[in-house]
Formats: sequence, structure tokens, C-alpha cells
Amino acid sequence: MKFSDEFESRFAEMLTHYPTKRSALVPTLLYAQDEIGHLSDEVIAELARRVDLTELEVRNVISYYSMLTTKPRGKYNVQVCTNIACMLRGGEELLDHCKKKLDVGHKGTTGDGMFTLEEVECIGACSWAPAVQVNYDFHENLTTDKLDKVLDEYKKKGTQ
Amino acid sequence: MAARINNQEINNQQFQMASLVSHPDEVKVVSRRFGQGATDIDRYLALDGYKAVQKALSMKPDDIITQVKESGLRGRGGAGFNAGLKWSFVPKQSAKPKYILCNGDESEPGTCKDRLIFEHDPHSVIEGVMIAGIAVGSHTGYIYIRGEYRYLSVIMQKAIRDAYAKGFLGKNIFGSGYDFDVYWHGGAGAYEVGEESALMESLEGKRGIPRIRPPFPAVVGLWGGPTVINNAETLASVPHIILGGADWYAKLGTPKNGGTRLFCLSGHLVKPGVYELPMGYNLKKMIYEVGGGIPNGRALKAVVPGGSSTPVLTVDEIDIPMDFDSVGKAGSMLGSGGVVVLDDTTCIVKFALRTMKFYRHESCGWCIPCREGTDWLEKTLTRFHNGGGLKKDIDNIQYLAENMLGRTFCPLGDAAAMPTIAFVKKFRKEFEDHLEGRPCPFEKAGAELAAV
Ligand SMILES: Cc1cc2nc3c(=O)[nH]c(=O)nc-3n(C[C@H](O)[C@H](O)[C@H](O)COP(=O)(O)O)c2cc1C
Ligand code: FES
Repeated sequence: MKFSDEFESRFAEMLTHYPTKRSALVPTLLYAQDEIGHLSDEVIAELARRVDLTELEVRNVISYYSMLTTKPRGKYNVQVCTNIACMLRGGEELLDHCKKKLDVGHKGTTGDGMFTLEEVECIGACSWAPAVQVNYDFHENLTTDKLDKVLDEYKKKGTQ
Repeated sequence: MAARINNQEINNQQFQMASLVSHPDEVKVVSRRFGQGATDIDRYLALDGYKAVQKALSMKPDDIITQVKESGLRGRGGAGFNAGLKWSFVPKQSAKPKYILCNGDESEPGTCKDRLIFEHDPHSVIEGVMIAGIAVGSHTGYIYIRGEYRYLSVIMQKAIRDAYAKGFLGKNIFGSGYDFDVYWHGGAGAYEVGEESALMESLEGKRGIPRIRPPFPAVVGLWGGPTVINNAETLASVPHIILGGADWYAKLGTPKNGGTRLFCLSGHLVKPGVYELPMGYNLKKMIYEVGGGIPNGRALKAVVPGGSSTPVLTVDEIDIPMDFDSVGKAGSMLGSGGVVVLDDTTCIVKFALRTMKFYRHESCGWCIPCREGTDWLEKTLTRFHNGGGLKKDIDNIQYLAENMLGRTFCPLGDAAAMPTIAFVKKFRKEFEDHLEGRPCPFEKAGAELAAV
């Protein structure tokens, strides 16, 4: 199990921030997932060992948090907010548009592994609705046309 | 081709910042440094940064608490509890370390203000955490930021590093002999984790499940130590109060509701955005003047005044001052500052359904009335919106919601029930219009509108 140097130094530092090791768990899981793509059995075993928990205890934590996943996702996770502020300004239409364009449903991944689609709850962009987050990038005040351009950009970047 | 995220890339990337708006009625306190480059510590210092904490170090801790109490600063996370009063509950002597925990989980639908504070003025949050710490005799603070806000975590981690590099954090801060550490912490997607006791569970590396109270966090909190939990905007307001004085701050607002707050205007408005307005600003004016009114020649139908958990207000109920007590008197809550505006093309049943779908998804499942109640309500509202509703369902929805109130460890159950009760009570006619196989009248109106 090999993580990046940045991961290792952040993890080592975080352990010094808390009186218990497991306190570092939640953010560490997310950083690990970022590097490996998903929380594989191997990652879970490794992190459980590092914070002195059983694998079951770590899985218990993982299943609680919506951003954490034990299954691989596409290169770009397209998260469409359909919560109230986005719904009023066309969030559902954006989701339908993505479903058609990408030919996948909620949490589905395109055949080429490029995109995963996810309907998500409020992402804190209500005043700039409707909004979509692709991995960690926010895209706001969207229309279907603007979203098409955004997705095309990612596709281009992803095939380079 | 698995998703691999290069954090180095995120660190170096130029972020696409959320766009700022402005209005002449704004009174900029918390947003004073927005757009001024204050993420840079030297710029922050040039804009009066870290002066308040130095002043606080020269004050008696009790005087800091008194100042904050008298300023009328009330919690911006939703409940609106007087911040100074909360701090005063922390025991003076404690065998266990005391902690300050900044709540930056921001996930109440309609709310997007803490994001701007972290984006534009991260040091003000650090400074607020430090002052709270000095006031209650704590030496450690945590700033918890929701996982989705990765770019803000990058900004905050850098701000903390810069503050350490200048010697503002760590041992003997500003030569005072006082030690104070501030650490960043990140979430991984969960609304419930914004609830104060679940927030502590999450920080301790567990599932975000609420704790029974009492004991309250001020007495038994993180790892059993006394803990002050405040919203990011609450803490970012503190340095301004220490510098400007309690009196000045209190007078910006209305009695017992000091200062200003960031209002997140969203929904059917010409100019949605985050505006800083004095406490007590008139809601009608906020919608029609600050927010520019309702677009496309439509009329206003309803307003959710303080985030998705607050009871809806009808057109006749919006001529009110936006402070905690006035909105409370009008039967709703000022909540987290998320003002969601609905025009007359909006189907209230659908809106109620989307709200409930959120709470069902976010219920952590710990308490049965919340877990089962939100599930039943979502199912009933789904059936209802699809035309399969029966007249008795309307009363059942209300009955079920009323029986969730106050029966859970944390207020998520209430947050789901309160808006539902208001939707049924205030818009009963719309529920009746969906009965017995009739299609949603608004979907039709929408379709006709699109065809015109
Ligand atoms: C389900 C639920 C979610 C909450 N989410 C948040 C949140 O995201 N941010 C926040 O500051 N407060 C949130 N709160 C309120 C906190 O429990 C707590 O009251 C607040 O952080 C205290 O800070 P304040 O007094 O400065 O407002 C939430 C409460 C509940 C019941
Ligand atoms: S409702 Fe979509 S970002 Fe808040």
C-alpha cells in the first residue's frame, strides 16, 4: 500500500493534533480515496491498522459518509444538486439532461469510465443555483448548454 | 480509469470563486474583507487583522465574555443562542482540556455563507476561535469544514500554517505567555454532522450520531472535555465585536439581536446572492429591493426564511423584521440565514416532497421517530404528488409530523417535521388539488408555459 508523500506527511501531522488516533480517520479516508480512487479492501485494512481499529469499525464509519465509497467511480464524479434552491432554478432538468447525455442513472458510471453521475443534496451553492460539483470543482449558475460545455472540457482533459 | 484526485493540483489551482454581489443597504462587518485578498496573512494584518486577539489577551477573560454577551451576538448556525451566554457555561476549572470547535459543516439547504467567509477571510475565523479560547480558558481549537469544500480546506490549512509561521499560533502567542493551537478538520459528506453533538462524534473519528443532552458540550464535549461549539460566521463576528465594542455591534441590529448577518438569497429572485444586512432588516424589502424581486413577471408565493428546516411564510406574512425574535413571533425561525423564495409556478407539494427527501436521506437512523417518520412522510408525499393521495392523507401527514416533534436525540427530526406541518397548514388547498388521481396542476401549468 503506497500513498503519496503529501498524504504521509499530512497523516503523520494530523495524528499529533488529537488525543486519540482514530480522530484522524474521517479526513484521512477521504484523502486516501482521492489517491486510490475508492476505499478498497487493501486501503481499509491499512488505515484500520494505522489508527488501531478493526476493519469492521472502519467500514462502519465509511458507510455513514456520503462522499466515501468502497466501489470505483469514473474519473470525474458529476454531482448534480437537486435540493430546494437548485430545484427552483432547474436542478432537476440538469440531472435529467446528464442522465440522457451520459446514458447512466444515479451513481452510474459511463462505459469508458470517464463519468459517474450522482444526484446530491445541497452543496452550499444555493445563491448560485443550479449548481454541479465535478470532483471538487464547483460549476454554478448553470444551464444545460453551459453544463454541456463543462462536461466536454472534462472529457477532453480526461482523454489527454 | 479510476478517479484519482491530485491534491497537489488542487493546492496550486486558481479557484473559480463564487461571485459576489452588493447592495447599498448592506452593512459590511463579517464581509468587510471580502474581495480584498485577505487570505494573504499580510493583507489581513493590513486590514486590522489579529488586532482583536491581542486586545483580548490584555482583557480579563470574564470581560471578553461580557462584551460578547452584551453585543447581542446570537449563533448563526441556526438556533440563535447568545454566544457570550454559551461561553459563560464553560466551567472555570476543568480536569480535562477545554476545546473550541468551529462548525463549518454548512449543509442546511439554502445556506451558502460560511463558504464565503472561508474563501475570503479565513483568518477571521482563526482569530474568532482564538478569542473564544482565551475567554473560556481553552488552549486548542478545531475548525471543521465539510468534505465537499475541499478548496476551502486548502485555503484554511494554508491560513493556519501562515499564522503559525508568524508565531500567532503555538506557544506564547504575541508574547503573552498564553499557548493556543488551531487545527483544521474535514468531513466527508453528512448533514447530520453539522449538529453539534454529531459533529463531535465525527471529529472523534466515528459515525455522526447525536449524543444525549444533558450533559451539554460546554460541560462534557470533545473527548469528555468542556467544549464551545459555534458556527463559523458567529466566530468570524467576534473579532469585530472586540475591536468595535459591544455597544456599537448591538446597535447595528435590534434589541437582543445584535449586529448584522449574511443572508443567502436564493430561488426565484432577479438578484440572488449573499448579502450582509443588519439584523431586523425587513423581509419584504429584502426580497423586492435587495433581491430585485421575482423574475419573469411572476408573483411571489412563499418564502422559506431561514434554511429548509424553517416553516414557510406566505405572501401575507413577510412584512416582518428579520431577527430571531420577530421571525419567531411570525411562527417561523431565522435559522441559518438561507432565504429561499418561491414564485407562483412552484408546487408546494413537490417542494415539501423535495424537502422531506432530503431529511429522509440525511436522517442518521439513530432515533426511530426520525428514521421512520421521514421515510413514511417521503413515501406519502411521493404518492400524493403522483396523484395517489387520499383526503385522509393530508391530516395523516400533519399528525405524523407533529408526533416527531421533540421525540429525538437531536433536532433533525424537528427540522423535518416543522416545515412539513407549515406546508400542510398554510397550503392545504394545494394538497387538496392533488387528490384522487388528479395530475399535479403545476406540472401542467409549467408545460403550457414552456409551450407559449
Ligand atoms: C441536523 C442539524 C444540522 C446542523 N447543521 C449545522 C451546520 O451545518 N452548521 C452550523 O453551524 N450549525 C449547524 N447546526 C446547529 C448546531 O447544532 C449548533 O447549534 C451550532 O453549530 C452552534 O453554533 P452557533 O451557536 O454559533 O450557531 C445543525 C443542527 C442540526 C440539528
Ligand atoms: S440547494 Fe443546491 S446548492 Fe444548495
